Amino acid sequence: MTAVAKAPAWERFTPRERFARFTVYLLTVAAVVTSLRTVEVIPEFLYDAPEQMMDLFRRMWPMDVGHYPQAIHAALVETIHIATLGTILSVLLALPIGVMAAGNVTPYPALNFIAKLLLVSSRSVNSLVWALVFVAVFGPGPLAGVFAIAFRSIGFVGKLFGEVLEEAHRGAIEALTAAGAPWVSVLRMGYWPQVKPAFWSIVMFRWDINVRESAVLGLVGAGGIGVVLDTALNLFHWDRVAMTLASIFGVVIFAEIVVTAIRRRVL
Amino acid sequence: MLSPSKHGREARRAFEANWLARLGWLALAAYVFYAGSLLDLNWERLLLGLDNAGRLFGRMFPPDYSRWELLLKGMMESLEIAVLASFFGIAVSLPVGLLASRNMMPAWLTWPARMLIALCRSFHPVIVSILFVKAVGFGALAGILALVVASIGFIAKLFAEAIEEISLKQVEAVRSTGASMPNVLIFGVLPQVLARFIGFAAYQLDSNLRNSTMVGIVGAGGIGGTLFAAFQRFDYDFVLAILIAIIVTIMIGEILSARLRAVFQ
Amino acid sequence: MRSIAVDEGRGVNARALVVSDLVVAYKPGQPVLKGVTITFNGRGMTAVIGPSGTGKSTLIRTINRLVEPTSGQVLFLGRDMARVKGRTLREMRSRIGMVFQEFNLVERLSVMENLLCGRLGFVPAWRTWLRRFPESDIARAFDLLDAVGLREFATQRADALSGGQRQRVGIARALMQEPALLLADEPTSSLDPKTSVEIMELMTSLARRNDVPVIVNMHDVELAKRFAERIIGLSGGTVVFDGPPGALKDEHLKQIYGGEGWL
Repeated sequence: MTAVAKAPAWERFTPRERFARFTVYLLTVAAVVTSLRTVEVIPEFLYDAPEQMMDLFRRMWPMDVGHYPQAIHAALVETIHIATLGTILSVLLALPIGVMAAGNVTPYPALNFIAKLLLVSSRSVNSLVWALVFVAVFGPGPLAGVFAIAFRSIGFVGKLFGEVLEEAHRGAIEALTAAGAPWVSVLRMGYWPQVKPAFWSIVMFRWDINVRESAVLGLVGAGGIGVVLDTALNLFHWDRVAMTLASIFGVVIFAEIVVTAIRRRVL
Repeated sequence: MLSPSKHGREARRAFEANWLARLGWLALAAYVFYAGSLLDLNWERLLLGLDNAGRLFGRMFPPDYSRWELLLKGMMESLEIAVLASFFGIAVSLPVGLLASRNMMPAWLTWPARMLIALCRSFHPVIVSILFVKAVGFGALAGILALVVASIGFIAKLFAEAIEEISLKQVEAVRSTGASMPNVLIFGVLPQVLARFIGFAAYQLDSNLRNSTMVGIVGAGGIGGTLFAAFQRFDYDFVLAILIAIIVTIMIGEILSARLRAVFQ
Repeated sequence: MRSIAVDEGRGVNARALVVSDLVVAYKPGQPVLKGVTITFNGRGMTAVIGPSGTGKSTLIRTINRLVEPTSGQVLFLGRDMARVKGRTLREMRSRIGMVFQEFNLVERLSVMENLLCGRLGFVPAWRTWLRRFPESDIARAFDLLDAVGLREFATQRADALSGGQRQRVGIARALMQEPALLLADEPTSSLDPKTSVEIMELMTSLARRNDVPVIVNMHDVELAKRFAERIIGLSGGTVVFDGPPGALKDEHLKQIYGGEGWL
């Protein structure tokens, strides 16, 4: 093979790409280094951690199984109700906002923007923080929990639902619009059949997440199993804490199995 | 999910079995009433709450930024927790995700890796935070460790799934050149998954940022502690100031992570 | 180019490949190859023809151990490819180039990076990570890109290329290895007839210029007769024909493919 006069250099990226990547790397390193240097961490605590952990597990074992019928069971049922009612409420609230956020259904940029702002706000505030707000509103108890779950889920359900709507095929909708169908009918007959499977899938997915989330709401007084956990923690009843954690684990697995089963059968 | 044949089937079924759907809605309504009464939800409490909410909002406005130094300090600590937890979480998730991918690794390696991921996933970050607060004391360290665990549970799983979806033909071609395992990973696997990995990592940074504003409620550092204290002291105008700061920070975070994804497209 | 001792006297050179009693069974008791014995003399192009599912692909893939043999030997460069492991296996693979039916380019990498894949057996991972390949490798890659006529595509991503262009990259990638043997597994099956001929011409001329023996697998008998110097017919997991293209008659094809209506 005859060699080319001078082997040309080969570069993987254009200068612009290289600059962008370099900026990302630099920012990452800068962020990590700055954080490491400024964060208030006492290294001794970290060295001590394994020992403390072992101590914790020794206190947890054996678990206080008797605590389950006494307090845990009722609280677990309450947790599932909070998650379910919260999900239902969030769907009721999220549907109109999702419709409003979908640019193809609601062709008003101002409304789209307001809807998206609502959705981002809902998602940005953690469910525990929402729980604090609603405990202040309704007082401690499961009512606050239901609302906390609902308000945190609006952003999730609304965003995903809006995206599904935006991906809907135009054909059926154009046909209905051309036939002079009113707005509500277009939604009901044109969009709904298309987005229905995705909608149920989103709802199930969120319910699964909500079961996990509602398990901790009790830490701030919003009902459910978290209340039992909080009491046990405050009284240093580690064997009860362990039993509660095991029960939460069981419920989370239960929720996942339910969702998988429903998905397989219905969707 | 949106294949046309499926719509056809759905539509037909919807007409034939409409009574079933109606029964379903009825059952749902019945459940709502049943569960609502069980949880002692009723109109009086709701109306009382609305009344309270009005007063609460009244006390929230205008947001009080006079203690901005405290706010800034808490936000900075939350950011630090999010950055460090994401960094170490992703650093650990990469090898764990690779070990858990069933198309690249033998079963005796994927099983323990999958167990680890499942363990990290099963508890809410707040619960993990509580355990770490007990283990390493109050402060940011507990929050970082808790969110590292949460990150592993989430993105190691996504990493593993992404690796399992790659085209093995490309890997085979690279392997046939006599490339070593690291070289196969760099040239055969990584190019196929990098864009998705970056997406997951950016998403995790977002998610950790959200969670880092919360772990403070159980004493694991960050703005959450400040927020919780403000609630307990009924300083609702300060609460609103903190909430606005959190929302703005997270929106900026979402914009940045979208940019990040674009760079590595 | 590496110099390879040639022992013309015995008609078999140092790059000869000796397959003996090769049995490959994906499922126990159902062998795809039932004791194949072939001596490739390390020169020119040998085509392996036969109906689908007869083990052509399996034979080729056993040579560089993408498929595990059940029993038998594959002797190449003084080693038994059926036995080597780990580092030795990788070193052996790095001396054997391979062209795939569906090109198997790493789609999200540039054409240049795909060519450099051919050097992965020779360059340590820390250098490939930083894309710090030796200058000689880059120069060779550009030479090969010139040879396959894709110079201006060097920085394009592989998934932007057409089928014929991809296979050109595939051939260039295999030759980047400076192989002592080039394997091609149905290299034209995913291409249209005109491109197929072009690809075969390119592969033949490049192999000749680089002095690399080629073993190619194909189902297109005419293409095989046109380009190969020796044809091996496989049927039902055994060799049923072995000879020059001129000696391949209809009765052989009948034996290989069965029936005659298609002739």
